[in-house]
Amino acid sequence: MSSIPVEGVGRAREGGAGGMLRHAVWMLRENPLTAVAASGAMALCLIALLAPWLAPYDPLASNVERALQPPSARHWAGTDQLGRDLLSRIIAATRLDLAIALSAVSLSFVVGAVIGAACGYAGGPLDRSVGRFVDVLMAFPLFVLAMAMVAALGNRVENIVIATALINLPFYIRFARAEVNVRRNAGWVEAARAGGESHLAIVLRYLLPNILPAMAVQISLNLGWAILNAAGLSFIGLGVRPPTPEWGILVAEGARFITTGKWWLVAFPGLALMMTVLCFNLLGDGLRDILDPRMRT
Amino acid sequence: MAAGFLTRTARRAGQRLLSSLPALAGVLVFTFLLMRVLPGDPAVFFASGPNAGQAEIEAVRKTMGLDRPIPEQLVRYLADIGTGHLGRSMTTGQPVLSDLRQRLPASLELTFCALLIALALSIPLGILAALRQGSLLDHGVRLACSLGVCVPTFVSGLLLIYVFYYLLGIAPDPTGRIDVFSASPPNITGFLLVDLALTGDGEGWRAAAGQLILPAITMALFVLAPLARITRASMLAVLGSDFVRTARSLGLSGRRVVLVYALRNAILPVLTIAGIVFSTMLGANVLVEKVFSWPGVASYALDALLSSDYAPVQGFVLLMATIFVVVNLTVDVLYGIADPRVSVA
Repeated sequence: MSSIPVEGVGRAREGGAGGMLRHAVWMLRENPLTAVAASGAMALCLIALLAPWLAPYDPLASNVERALQPPSARHWAGTDQLGRDLLSRIIAATRLDLAIALSAVSLSFVVGAVIGAACGYAGGPLDRSVGRFVDVLMAFPLFVLAMAMVAALGNRVENIVIATALINLPFYIRFARAEVNVRRNAGWVEAARAGGESHLAIVLRYLLPNILPAMAVQISLNLGWAILNAAGLSFIGLGVRPPTPEWGILVAEGARFITTGKWWLVAFPGLALMMTVLCFNLLGDGLRDILDPRMRT
Repeated sequence: MAAGFLTRTARRAGQRLLSSLPALAGVLVFTFLLMRVLPGDPAVFFASGPNAGQAEIEAVRKTMGLDRPIPEQLVRYLADIGTGHLGRSMTTGQPVLSDLRQRLPASLELTFCALLIALALSIPLGILAALRQGSLLDHGVRLACSLGVCVPTFVSGLLLIYVFYYLLGIAPDPTGRIDVFSASPPNITGFLLVDLALTGDGEGWRAAAGQLILPAITMALFVLAPLARITRASMLAVLGSDFVRTARSLGLSGRRVVLVYALRNAILPVLTIAGIVFSTMLGANVLVEKVFSWPGVASYALDALLSSDYAPVQGFVLLMATIFVVVNLTVDVLYGIADPRVSVA
């Protein structure tokens, strides 16, 4: 009997961050897949950071005598047509692929959150014109749009980042707009307004921090998609150029040898792509369960 | 009543078409700006070579209309599109419109077959997973879905080629729509499978289907996951609703309840995301056509793009956006037919 009020008090006191942390620990224990995905994502970041020390060989050093060898104890993932060690090239590519995806997603997150929040808060003509712009973007098949952007801006890595950021932008704008729009007349926003806060301060200090957790989920889910897009672009010959190691290019180079049975040239870079995307997707699903239990599926 | 239904549907389609016009106009301006304002001078590229004289470059620029001010170029571009002139491809030397018309059936045939395969697999799987929630099958479907969205189409396509062409030897050489050694196919609709069926060429039909099956499966695998996932989720929601419980309590057979009453309601969200799925497939077309050397519009645009040939890329992007608008319109009309409660507004 006496335990009931005590427990109630405990809950009330811990509230915010503590409750969230406990919920997160509980969720991780309930859903070990999220824990695995989180450690996988951390491992990927470590590989990206330590790539030059982890790779067993120089990713650019060719050795024609050892060309097109299947996986062996010496070359775990085999060698390519110039005798370069495939495993070293895959490890070296991690940094570039993650860097492209991370910068593209952060770019569209920052720009999208600010524009979307402004539209959701201000409404009116700004909201309508941005809405039209988003409609136009969404009227394209997005990969085709990214393709055209890279082609027009020039075949460089920065432009892959810009193109990937642009096709992600509509989702962030819509998301931030909707989240801010439902809160703009909430009691605590009215209170801030009555307290004499400027509109800018209300958006930046009150509304944006409030929608951040929900957007974090979006970021993780988008990272996987951004990696697939960037790899797809370099696969068709846009953006990153050989001999720079990048997963999409590694697959494109291996594609020429698939009909003669050199499977490892496609399978291992493909596996790296798949595992990375899987990690970020599972992490995103897990984050959503932790941060927003209502949206659980 | 039937007439009233038709008028309602037609009015709905008309209104949707009107409301998608601004977006389409935006698309036109956007493609134009994308290709003209940004760096890269096609006149230099199409002059005889890197050492071409300034006079020659100017001449090329003049024939391409690139010496006019940007707004004037835009107006001329819009007028050209209004009269059906999409420009001329510098690489094939043909008008872009006829090039696109010639290659579009190949792309559409591939995309429709892939969509058909994806729907035929994902809807039953989604229903079964929902009916046996928490079973091994359910977990299997969810696992396959999670993995399916992570494999890029170009990797799965290449691995399918490795297994079915190199290892098993049951798939034909992955180069194009027809065997290089076969006679040139009939050209009635441009859709090879339809044409060969019309002429009653059984052997040719099987050969063409053999060429088509791997790229179609590759593309289907990529969109299987979202379709199966949404079918499962909406089926679960519908199965838990009152009218299904009522139908069950009235003693209707399980099959009838699921396939007639529940499915008809559960299919609505699937229809809604079919538009998004189609957009993904139009993008994936580029990768799949490249992997299988498929002679469709996407590989045509890609070749042009890599040689800075503006007109085909512009035409392609415009075509894709138009198809996408039409598909969304169709989905919307279908939605109205499937659920008469949806208002025209």
